[in-house]
Amino acid sequence: MPTDGVKARPGPPNERARSVSLSPWAEAWRRFKRHRMAFFSLWVLAVLVLAVLLGPLLYKVGINDIDFKARLVEPSARHLMGTDDLGRDLLARVLYGGRISLAVGLAAMLMAVTVGVFIGAIAGISRGWVDTVLMWVTDLFLSLPQLPLLLLLIFLFRDPLKKLLGLEVGIFILIVVVIGGFRWMPVARLVRAQFFSLREKEFVEAARALGASVPRQVVRHILPNSLGPVIVAASIDVAAAIIAESTLSFLGLGFPSDIPTWGRILYDGRDYMDVAAHWALFPGLAIFLTVLSINFVGDGLRDALDPRRVL
Amino acid sequence: MLNYILRRLLIALPSLLGISVILFTVLALAPGDPFEDLANNPSVPPEVRMALRAQFGLDDPIWQRYLYWLMNMLRGDWGFSFVSRVDVDKLILQRLPVTIAVIGMSQVLALLVALPVGVLAAVKPYSWFDRIASTIAFVGFSLPTFFTGVLFILFFSIYLGWFPFVYRADLTEVGWHWWWAQFKQSIMPITVLGLFQAASWMRYVRSSVLDVVRLDYVTTARSKGLSERVVINKHVVRNALIPVVTLVALQLPAVFGGAIVTEQIFRIPGIGALLIDAILRNDTPVIMAVTFVFSCLVIFFNLVADLVYGWLDPRISYR
Repeated sequence: MPTDGVKARPGPPNERARSVSLSPWAEAWRRFKRHRMAFFSLWVLAVLVLAVLLGPLLYKVGINDIDFKARLVEPSARHLMGTDDLGRDLLARVLYGGRISLAVGLAAMLMAVTVGVFIGAIAGISRGWVDTVLMWVTDLFLSLPQLPLLLLLIFLFRDPLKKLLGLEVGIFILIVVVIGGFRWMPVARLVRAQFFSLREKEFVEAARALGASVPRQVVRHILPNSLGPVIVAASIDVAAAIIAESTLSFLGLGFPSDIPTWGRILYDGRDYMDVAAHWALFPGLAIFLTVLSINFVGDGLRDALDPRRVL
Repeated sequence: MLNYILRRLLIALPSLLGISVILFTVLALAPGDPFEDLANNPSVPPEVRMALRAQFGLDDPIWQRYLYWLMNMLRGDWGFSFVSRVDVDKLILQRLPVTIAVIGMSQVLALLVALPVGVLAAVKPYSWFDRIASTIAFVGFSLPTFFTGVLFILFFSIYLGWFPFVYRADLTEVGWHWWWAQFKQSIMPITVLGLFQAASWMRYVRSSVLDVVRLDYVTTARSKGLSERVVINKHVVRNALIPVVTLVALQLPAVFGGAIVTEQIFRIPGIGALLIDAILRNDTPVIMAVTFVFSCLVIFFNLVADLVYGWLDPRISYR
C-alpha cells in the first residue's frame, strides 16, 4: 500500500510501492516523525529556543530593574511571572537566563562530543598499547566521583579565571569545560565500539585498497557512519549539562549572583517558597520543560537512527 | 572465584591511586590558602603563621605532601580538620550513618516501585498502562531532584503542614515516637531520591524484560503448560534482573552525588553537606578525605557490580 504520500509506480500490486529511495537523512527524518512525542517535543523545544533568543529583544523589561514597590508580586498582567524580593521582573530574568542555560548546555555537549569522538576515534583505529592506554584513562575518568569533583573544581578555579578572562566569560568557560570534561567518556566508548565494528567492513577495505591513507579512511568513511549513537548521546548530554549547570547554581557554586541562570533564580527563590512560590516555580518549570523535550527528542532520535529497528 | 576477586582488586588499586593523585594535584594546584584569614588577622604574628604552615606541611613540594598524605591515610590517620578542629575520620563517621540510611531507604523504595511497574509495562507492551507508565517515567527523570524537593516542601510542609522540612539529628522523642518523628522527617528526601531513581530504572527493567520475553526458554516454559504468572515470575523476571542489578550497583555512586543536593534542600547533616561546607570553607583535609571516600565508593560498587553480574549469570565463567 502506498505510504507517506509517495507515488506508487505502476506495476504488479504485490511490488513494494515505495520505489522512490530516500537519502539516509531523509529516511531518518521520516522515522523520527513517526515518534509522535518526539516530534511534538521538537516543536516545543523550537518554541523555547525562539522565546529565549528573541524574548529579551521583544520584551524590553530590564533584568536588574529593582522596584521596591513591587516586591514579591504574584503573576499578574504587568508581571507575567511575578517579581522577586527586589521587585525585578521574573519573566525577563527567566528569558535572559534561558540563553545562558541553553548556551552552557550546547557548549558543554559540543566539548564532550568533540573530545569523545577524537579519543574514541584514535583508540578505535589504532590497536595495541595506544588503545589500552586511552581506555585506561577513560576508565579512570569514569571512576572519578562527578559531583564532588565538579564542585571542587568550580570553587577552586572560579576566582583566578574571573581575574584572567573577566567575570562572565571566565565562569562560562570554566563551567563548560568542567561539565563537558565529565561527559566525554561514554561518547569515546561508543565511538570506539563503532570503529571496531566498522573497521573491517568491505567499504573500508575497498578504500584501503584504493590507497586511502588511514586519516582519510577515518574521516571520510568510518566516522560518518558511526555518528548515529553519537547524535543520540549528544542530545542526552545537552539535557544532562543543563541539569548540571542548574545543580551547580542551586548549590551556590555556579554563575555569580547577578547573572540570572535558571538554577540561580531557583536558588534565590527557595527561601521564599511560603510567601512567593512563583519565584522558584517558574525557573523550575522552564528547566523541566526543556529537559523533558530534549529527552523525548533523544528517544525519537534513537528510534530513527538505530539501523536494526524496522520502522 | 577468589582468584577473580583478587585480580579485580589488583586492577582497582591503581585506579584508586590514580584518582587520589588527580584529587591531590587539583587541590594543590588551586590557589586559595586555608590560612588566608589567619594571614589577614592582624593579631597573628607571621612567625606563628609560618610555624603553622610548616606543621601542616604546606610548604613542602607537592610530591612530598602527597606521599605523606598517602602514608597517613594508610595508617588510619585521616588528618585534622582545619576548621572544625576535629579529627577528620571522626567527622566522617558522625555524618556517614545519616547519609547511608537515607540513600539506602531511597534505593529500596526505588526498587519496590520500578520492578513491578517495569515488569507489568513490559508484559503488555504498548498497552495504556505501558504508555502512561513510560510517560510518567520520562517526566520523572526530567525533573531535577532539587526542583522536586522544593515542590515537595511547598506541598507537604507548607501547604499541608504534614512533614517538617528541616531534618533534626537530635530528636528528643523516645521509643515509638522517635520512630514516628524520624519517619516524618525522612520520608520526603527518601521519596524525592527514590522516585527519581525509580523513573530511570523502570525503563531499564522494561527494556530488559522485553528482551528476555522473546527468548526461546520462555516459549518452552509456556509450551510446558505453565501459567503466564509463573512464567513471568519464575523465568522472565529473574533473568531480566541481571543487567538491572548491575545497573543499580553502577549508579550508586551517582546517587551519593545526588544526595548532596537533597541534603542541601532538606538540610540533612550528612556527608554531602559536610563536603559542601568543607569546600566553601577551604578545609583541605576534609575535602580530600570525603572525595577520597566517594572515589572508594565508586570503585567498590563497580567491583560489586562485576562480581554480582558474574555470580548471577551462569553464562559468565571466571577465567
